[in-house]
Amino acid sequence: MTDQMASVAPPDRISPLTRAQQIIFSSPLVMIASVILAIIVLSAIFAPWVVPHDPVRLTPSVRLKPPSDTYWLGTDAFGRDLFSRIITGGRISLVVGVAAAVFAVAFGLLFGLLAGYIRWIDAVLMRMVDGLMAIPSILLAIAIVSLWGASLWTVLVAITIPEVPRVVRLVRSIVLSAREEPYVEAAIAAGSSTALIMRRHLVPNTIAPLIIQGTYICASAILTEAILSFLGAGINPETPSWGNIMAEGRIYFQINPGIVLWPGLVVSVAILSINLLGDAVRDALDPRMAKRGIER
Amino acid sequence: MSLLEISNLRIALNGEDDKQVVKGLNLSIEPGQTMCLVGESGSGKSLSALATMGLLPSVLSPIAGSITLKGESLLDATPARMRELRATSLSMIFQEPMTALNPVARVGQQIEEVLEFHSDLGQSARRKRVMEMMEAVHLPDVNKMYASFPHQLSGGQRQRIMIAMALVMRPQLLIADEPTTALDVTTQAQILSLIRELREEQGAAVLFITHDMGVVSEIADDVTVLKLGEVMETQKVDNLLRHPQTDYTRDLLRSVPSQVPRAAREEQSDKLVLETTDLCKTYGGSGFFSKTREVKAVQNVSFSLTKGRTLGIVGESGSGKSTVARCIMRLIDPTSGSIMVAGKDIATMSQKELKPERKNFQIIFQDPMRSLNPRIEVGQSIIEGPLNFGVPRNEAMERARELLELVGLPASAVDRFPHQFSGGQRQRIAIARALAMDPDVLVADEAVSALDVSVQAQVLDLLAELQERLGLGILFITHDLGVAAQICDDVIVMQHGRIVEYGPAAQVLGAPKQDYTKALISAAPGRHWDFANFRPFAEGAA
Repeated sequence: MTDQMASVAPPDRISPLTRAQQIIFSSPLVMIASVILAIIVLSAIFAPWVVPHDPVRLTPSVRLKPPSDTYWLGTDAFGRDLFSRIITGGRISLVVGVAAAVFAVAFGLLFGLLAGYIRWIDAVLMRMVDGLMAIPSILLAIAIVSLWGASLWTVLVAITIPEVPRVVRLVRSIVLSAREEPYVEAAIAAGSSTALIMRRHLVPNTIAPLIIQGTYICASAILTEAILSFLGAGINPETPSWGNIMAEGRIYFQINPGIVLWPGLVVSVAILSINLLGDAVRDALDPRMAKRGIER
Repeated sequence: MSLLEISNLRIALNGEDDKQVVKGLNLSIEPGQTMCLVGESGSGKSLSALATMGLLPSVLSPIAGSITLKGESLLDATPARMRELRATSLSMIFQEPMTALNPVARVGQQIEEVLEFHSDLGQSARRKRVMEMMEAVHLPDVNKMYASFPHQLSGGQRQRIMIAMALVMRPQLLIADEPTTALDVTTQAQILSLIRELREEQGAAVLFITHDMGVVSEIADDVTVLKLGEVMETQKVDNLLRHPQTDYTRDLLRSVPSQVPRAAREEQSDKLVLETTDLCKTYGGSGFFSKTREVKAVQNVSFSLTKGRTLGIVGESGSGKSTVARCIMRLIDPTSGSIMVAGKDIATMSQKELKPERKNFQIIFQDPMRSLNPRIEVGQSIIEGPLNFGVPRNEAMERARELLELVGLPASAVDRFPHQFSGGQRQRIAIARALAMDPDVLVADEAVSALDVSVQAQVLDLLAELQERLGLGILFITHDLGVAAQICDDVIVMQHGRIVEYGPAAQVLGAPKQDYTKALISAAPGRHWDFANFRPFAEGAA
């Protein structure tokens, strides 16, 4: 596919790297968001090497301390360093957020395309989706986790499954209106296969809304993981995640509010940055939007 | 003193001097007169009207000139004063009657609302006034109409409601922005005569915006021709049609398709490329979950098309003409009947069996903005079909370049995206895409209806030239009798899904036998004028 594209590409076609640069430098806001996100992601990846203290070592003598030179953001109820725990917690939270978004969008796109384009699949699939949507997502997640036991994978599955129906509905509605477009009918008239029509003419219409939906799922997955941890149905509390740091700190909010506020702030900033970047990517993907961007 | 006086009006994008969209419009309308603003898309005719109403979008602003209504400057009026004027002295009707009304309020109440806010009338007096107004616009059974919702009314009735709403405060100036463009010809004729009648009764002046010279000849007293924001000329309608002063107006008039059928052509060959027999399409009926009313969209349509000929299907909206086209393309499945293309019946084939046959028949759609995928280069759109039939990519691309040149575009256009082209150019690309398959039959579904007349004339010429060269059989679906008269060898007139009349163009459009065809022809605006020769038909014959 790529070399086929290259053979007809105009000489001034821009490389993905240049495109990425264009997106990042499109506005100061996006630039700041990219930098913040990069810091959060890199520090999570290299957490074992960058944390000043062991995030799981209990030090009863320094319980619930305010920020100091040794403990930059203070300590929690077991005397663990909050800063180190937040950095390490990013590993679980980001993996859960990104993986849930990717899986939910991938499955949602597949089922949504089939439901939107093939009539008989629509009737069957959408009834199943309706059924799934009738179950509260947290209950469903708790059920799945208690059935299979708490691990990263079960938590991930438990968070992803309730998100899929929303994506299916979104994709289906886009496909239903896009398939009526004359250019899709022209493709049918040109004898294009269903797979080709979906790939070339229908999927590109879904990308912009899916990026928005994906960033939303990423954000909500990070929160759902926190809720599951709080309810005791999440990942082992010994492994820190943004969610269970906040859940544990909730009881001590009045003594040391930082235990809840600092991870909360990191979650908000991370989610805001993901959303901003998502918007910028969407604008860049649409040739008409890109053109307007230049004129602006 | 004239009622409305616009002098040296300049409107610019973002208030920047070098981005003017209206460049020095001068215009004056006397009470009881109709001034037509004529121009193609981008001429600034609607913007001038919006400026008069004080409704310009915020990115556009008047940078010079004045608009005065009875001596009062509208450009200097406060928003509150403009609101008052819009209710009492100025009013406007729009093109699309389907979206101009609130769908969840009764139409009578929507008219009454205007009185509620802008008059001191009591409830019963208001009601009486609304009823009078609805009678004045010739709506039937006004008591029932008053309580109806917009979706229960036809397009023509909705436009009448809009007109009633616009005139209920007895404004001095009515601005009508393409009020009949979305309507069928017979409805259009009724609305035009209604506007004429109300103008005489109420003594209001009318600023009528249109792109259609036929409509101009029916309704205008004076005409101002606009091109890209500049006034070309202003004249009395009769003078303008007989003695246009500028080349632009002359070209515009020459582009208007004449209602008189073109001379019959020799049949080139008797090779049938498309033949339908008793084609029927029924929607609805009983299903597993629901029982909906059966709609017979197409009934027993039979016709044949030979190589190199053009068969027109004309009819009003809802006549089933587009359904016929979509059945032939197998975008929808016909209920019964046969469709013979290249000697095979494609009506009952499965989509899989159909695939190899698809290269024999191709379609061009109405809306040039939506008929190309905005996300892929036009070259990719053109070669999609040939690639499906196993043509190597390089070869297909080479052919795409040739085809673009054939339809009058540079070969380098293959690497560009659809949004970089104008509507007319996109329609050329759509034609190139259809031709890439070397079809025997080309179905053109309202293919020139969305284009300006001068562009329309070019695209029609292109189709005629391609037909000559390639021997295409063209099935041309249109609501415009003038276009049909200019391009078709044979014509089918459809109404309510049935064929009313079918025969050579000269006979059907020149000497119709059926009442419905006669009604259609007599409703066509501007049928008395031979625009291209700058004279009425009666004089030409004499």
